[in-house]
Amino acid sequence: MNIQLRFFASVREALGVSQQSLSVPDSVTTIGALRAFLSQRGGLWAEALAAHRSLRTAYNQTMCDADTRLTEGCEVAFFPPVTGG
Amino acid sequence: MTIRISPDDFDLSTEVAALRAGQPEVGAVVAFIGTVRDLNDGAAVAEMALEHYPGMTEKSIQAIVDQACARWALLGTRVVHRIGALLPQEQIVLVAVAAAHRGEAFAACEFIMDYLKTEAPFWKKEQTPAGARWVDARSTDDHALQKWQNLAADTGTRP
Repeated sequence: MNIQLRFFASVREALGVSQQSLSVPDSVTTIGALRAFLSQRGGLWAEALAAHRSLRTAYNQTMCDADTRLTEGCEVAFFPPVTGG
Repeated sequence: MTIRISPDDFDLSTEVAALRAGQPEVGAVVAFIGTVRDLNDGAAVAEMALEHYPGMTEKSIQAIVDQACARWALLGTRVVHRIGALLPQEQIVLVAVAAAHRGEAFAACEFIMDYLKTEAPFWKKEQTPAGARWVDARSTDDHALQKWQNLAADTGTRP
């Protein structure tokens, strides 16, 4: 399955990347699994996406939780808690 | 219902005039403006940079405004949020609400602002004497949201 990744704020800075196309294996079906899969890249990825970090995620530009399922062509974003206003 | 994300500053009078235009049934307008402070978490702030998630930002604010409209009888809303580099004392955000009476206008303005703080994808980065730092989310913002959710549970109104 092909998906689009987006990263914002401190996550974007830590990874040094703001967006990326990715082909995920069939075993990765949810946002939570995707986070674990990306963490396995090690180094900066393991650090920035570590399970203890309180990150927010969005699926097709709507806030979502770890159980949200990935779909073909979807856009998934990782970012820290928001601080606007 | 106007939502605008822009690096440009805004003028309160102009925004409120646009909100009220052609609506003689409006009897109350409440506006909140958030501004850049020169001190945060014990450090002097020389400049602030605001990043956002284009597309999701507008979508999330629209969803918040829709919830407010479902909860109160509103005659118009206007949300303006700036992005990019801002200096202390500059305006960051405007939430303006028009209604027939003040009760709805006050409540809806606070509701939209409280939800924007925790759900709209903006991030602030401050320049301080010790270097640049990302602003941490505040637990008080979550508490502010909790208030509306508890209220909804008590009254059975939609959160």
